[in-house]
Amino acid sequence: MPQVSLTVNGTHHTVEVEGRTLLVELLREKLHLTGTHVGCDTSQCGACVVHVDGKSVKACTILALQAQGTDILTIEGLAAPDGTLHPMQEMFREHHALQCGFCTPGMVMSAIDLVTLHPQGLSETEIREGLEGNLCRCTGYHNIVKAIAAAWPLMQPQPAMAAE
Amino acid sequence: MYDFTFSKPTTLPDALKLLATDDEAKALAGGQTFIPVLKQRLNKPTQVIDLSALGLGGITTEGDTITIGAMSNHHSIMSDPNIQARIPGLAKMASWIGDTQVRHRGTMGGSLANNDPAACYPAAVLALGATIHTDHRSIHADDYFQGMFTTALEPGELITKISFPIPELSNYEKFRNPASRYAMVGVFVARGPAGIRVAVTGAGQGGVFRHTEMEQALAKNWSPEAIKDIKTPSDNLNGDIHASPEYRAHLITIMAKRAIAAA
Repeated sequence: MPQVSLTVNGTHHTVEVEGRTLLVELLREKLHLTGTHVGCDTSQCGACVVHVDGKSVKACTILALQAQGTDILTIEGLAAPDGTLHPMQEMFREHHALQCGFCTPGMVMSAIDLVTLHPQGLSETEIREGLEGNLCRCTGYHNIVKAIAAAWPLMQPQPAMAAE
Repeated sequence: MYDFTFSKPTTLPDALKLLATDDEAKALAGGQTFIPVLKQRLNKPTQVIDLSALGLGGITTEGDTITIGAMSNHHSIMSDPNIQARIPGLAKMASWIGDTQVRHRGTMGGSLANNDPAACYPAAVLALGATIHTDHRSIHADDYFQGMFTTALEPGELITKISFPIPELSNYEKFRNPASRYAMVGVFVARGPAGIRVAVTGAGQGGVFRHTEMEQALAKNWSPEAIKDIKTPSDNLNGDIHASPEYRAHLITIMAKRAIAAA
């Protein structure tokens, strides 16, 4: 059986897979990282979004073997080892940006990429359009948009403190 | 999904050899259409040949031509400063394909090889008079598109790059299916070295087509006014649960007018 070697949330893995194994199946079934969800399996809902070499992709629409040698970040890799949440996770909690929570891992991963792609600022319209690849059937998106707007400044490089 | 053997050749000759020696082998570009097709068991390849290590990416501008490597993804095309400045209709088109995650993987070469009748790129390639370069020849857009999911490509032939003559003006308007983001009707207008051209995607039963009546009217008067009364016959247009042929015919004029107004 073919093998794939990749880094997931900072840990190197070499895993046996089939040609047809999807990245999301590798993550969930081989590495037991079940935070990445499968909602539609037709590339539309975005519950499976992870970062591959820093870019958000739908893990249900990439073969595990295509990810050979890549660096993968999943929802499990966001919080610090001491449990401190990533600012995007913190703002999702603060603004009640989830109800059932099924779409949340993909939403958070897409939202982080959205902030990264807009270093100059992020308008409400850009947030709403930027979430076109993620479906939420509970919240009506309103609080998700608020959470992302609130996370944007927290994710910018902080200016050095002026010397007294 | 049925299982298959996966390989990732690192040279173009190696990829061509793999494809030439197995009729049931399939090439994989970005996979944003092909992997969903495999999941639905609509295709059963023996081998899947990943083209991502062949060095077919990259976007270059030389003189009056912009050349896009076949494996360039939609995100890199929409973000390229030269494409944004010199073929803005193409940058806009790329930015409207799928969603951010799909745009990070899906490629121009993959889209053109598939030639989905509702895909966007065929309209830009045809309206701009682009040339599709393959492993052994160059095919002009006018000869490339041969009907729904049908192109001039021979079995085992791979697109390597696409070259676009830079136009004076270009624009694209698209009436999107709200779920899939595919074009229910998309119209690309261009004025440049290839002449005045209007290409329509999403509407025709045979895939992308040029709207010669609009082209002739625009040659006399480049304005939305010039085409506002042109009616497209609905005989050869697609009808489905999303839109009837008559509605698509109506949308063609609306999309064309909007594209010209904002070009």
